[in-house]
Amino acid sequence: MNDGRILIKGNEAVAYGALDAGCRCYFGYPITPQNEIPEAMSRLLPENGGQFVQAESELAASAMLLGAGSCGIPAMTSSSSCGIALMQESLSYMAGSQIPGVIVNMMRGGPGLGDIGPSQGDYFQAVKGGGNGDHRNFVLAPSTAQECYDFMFRAFRLAFTFANPVMVLGDAIVAQIKEGVRRQPPADALTADGYAALSAPWRLEGYGKRGPGAGPRLLKSVYLAEGALAERNVLLMRKYEAMRAHVAWEEWQCEDAELIVVAFGSVARIARSAVRQLREQGCRVGLFRPVTLFPFPEAALRRVARDRRLLVMEQNTGQMVEDVRLALDVLARRSTVSWHGIMPGMFIGADDLVDPILTALRED
Amino acid sequence: MQDATSDERLRPGAGEELVFDATPTLAHKPTHYCPGCHHGIAHRLVSEVLDELGLAERAILVASVGCSAFSYDYFNVDAVESPHGRACAVATGIRRARPESIVFTYQGDGDMAAIGLAESVHAANRGENITAVFINNTVYGMTGGQMAPTTLLGQKTTTTPLGRHLLGEGGPIHMSEIMGGLAGVAYAERCALDSVKHIRQAKKALRTAFSCQMQGLGFSFVELLAGCPTNWHLDPLKANRRISEEMIPVFPLGVFRDVREERKQSEVQA
Repeated sequence: MNDGRILIKGNEAVAYGALDAGCRCYFGYPITPQNEIPEAMSRLLPENGGQFVQAESELAASAMLLGAGSCGIPAMTSSSSCGIALMQESLSYMAGSQIPGVIVNMMRGGPGLGDIGPSQGDYFQAVKGGGNGDHRNFVLAPSTAQECYDFMFRAFRLAFTFANPVMVLGDAIVAQIKEGVRRQPPADALTADGYAALSAPWRLEGYGKRGPGAGPRLLKSVYLAEGALAERNVLLMRKYEAMRAHVAWEEWQCEDAELIVVAFGSVARIARSAVRQLREQGCRVGLFRPVTLFPFPEAALRRVARDRRLLVMEQNTGQMVEDVRLALDVLARRSTVSWHGIMPGMFIGADDLVDPILTALRED
Repeated sequence: MQDATSDERLRPGAGEELVFDATPTLAHKPTHYCPGCHHGIAHRLVSEVLDELGLAERAILVASVGCSAFSYDYFNVDAVESPHGRACAVATGIRRARPESIVFTYQGDGDMAAIGLAESVHAANRGENITAVFINNTVYGMTGGQMAPTTLLGQKTTTTPLGRHLLGEGGPIHMSEIMGGLAGVAYAERCALDSVKHIRQAKKALRTAFSCQMQGLGFSFVELLAGCPTNWHLDPLKANRRISEEMIPVFPLGVFRDVREERKQSEVQA
């Protein structure tokens, strides 16, 4: 292409985005459908003075991420669904110890080994913490290869802003789709100095680096003294609350819509095509797409929804629909939230979504 | 840092000679360990080596889970807590992110040889430039004396009330022998903490291990046979005798891998 775009897969866009965003270490274990990420990183990072380690398991990969993050170095891992489940151990420790890290989850079908097709079955695993104890990941959901590139900058910035795990939640479609991607870092991209400044108050480096008289530092999640864990959890709770300032969403054709489709990730881009088709037929339908899944764009959704009908479309057996219903307080507001699930592993087109949208639109 | 070396009242006066001094890297406070436990000796040896080699100010400790979970309270160095068993993986991440640092893990037998066997073996096999200090006392201490992967055959624990039986409960895992067979390991030695002679040898082994890391030679490993009087239901002296009479015959002391000379000659980069 001569417009500055390169033709790459979503997975490769993740790798380029991470590298351009300043990622210095990658740790991972092979699993479909995200193998192009470690393959690209095994070449890109050593070429640029970074470190790549193929770990013996996802347990180990996430523990390595914890280690690198504890040093204030931008680092990442990637995996898919069942591999992410194994990583929940370290993600919980990282949240508890306030250690940053970026985790890319290119979801596959489940439960168990499932299949390698597209799925959004990890919505709960991503946005409800996933591991033990009260913790939350910041979750970004790209729907194009370009967003796979762009969101890596946000992911690393947010991870260091909040000293917390950030998950980029894609699926087999987003991972494998080949699209034109503009490799253009945003103007506000963090530099190595930027990451160093954000991690200066807590990172491990050996006390000698902090000048004479500096004492040792400790990063931990265990708090046994009476009241200490409660205090810690209140601090973390306030941090999760502060993440709301970074909530992001997209509204399309919502102004005069009678019915609004709520969808994220790859389903959102397919739903957009379906909405476009229906608009051409004169149907007043719109699309609301959460870009951050945690924090969930509750206030925006309430504002857009008013008393209009909503149809949640997602590729699982009903997960995000719970957050939509909570956001709208459906019983109090008497809003109508219907749901259309696409079973994990299925490849769908816009035509598959047109009929369910029409059905919801015509319901009384 | 407040320590005894800076307290003027504790310094030798006129006509007095200093024959035994505090170790700056070992925190000057009472530990939570039981009477007769060998963690205190092991902590002191590691601290002395870090101080003698001048490594403390760039050292990062990866603490494990078990009795030594709070080891970071006693080492005056930067430290991070690791999930149970993953210390060598966490240490890998640290050393890769900060190649100029000195990274060591301090792990018990359950942490390293049961739940963390994969992470330990693979970090060693990759030749990660870290040092692992492995405390083998043949029981899970913190949780109350359950069977460990290193529990001796016939040994009674709270989960092997009839004594450990080979078929069904397994035999004691020999970590130094396993480490000795891995190409990425630069140095592996098993020592014991039951006598002054063995303690001196243990310090020498730790010094060698950290020296390997300083030179970027690869993974270094020191196993320390240690006593747990509480969970062995023995007094400290009898616990020491158990190490000499029952553990050492099963876990022979010695060097299981030492490729320092070859590595130096081939100029392997960390």
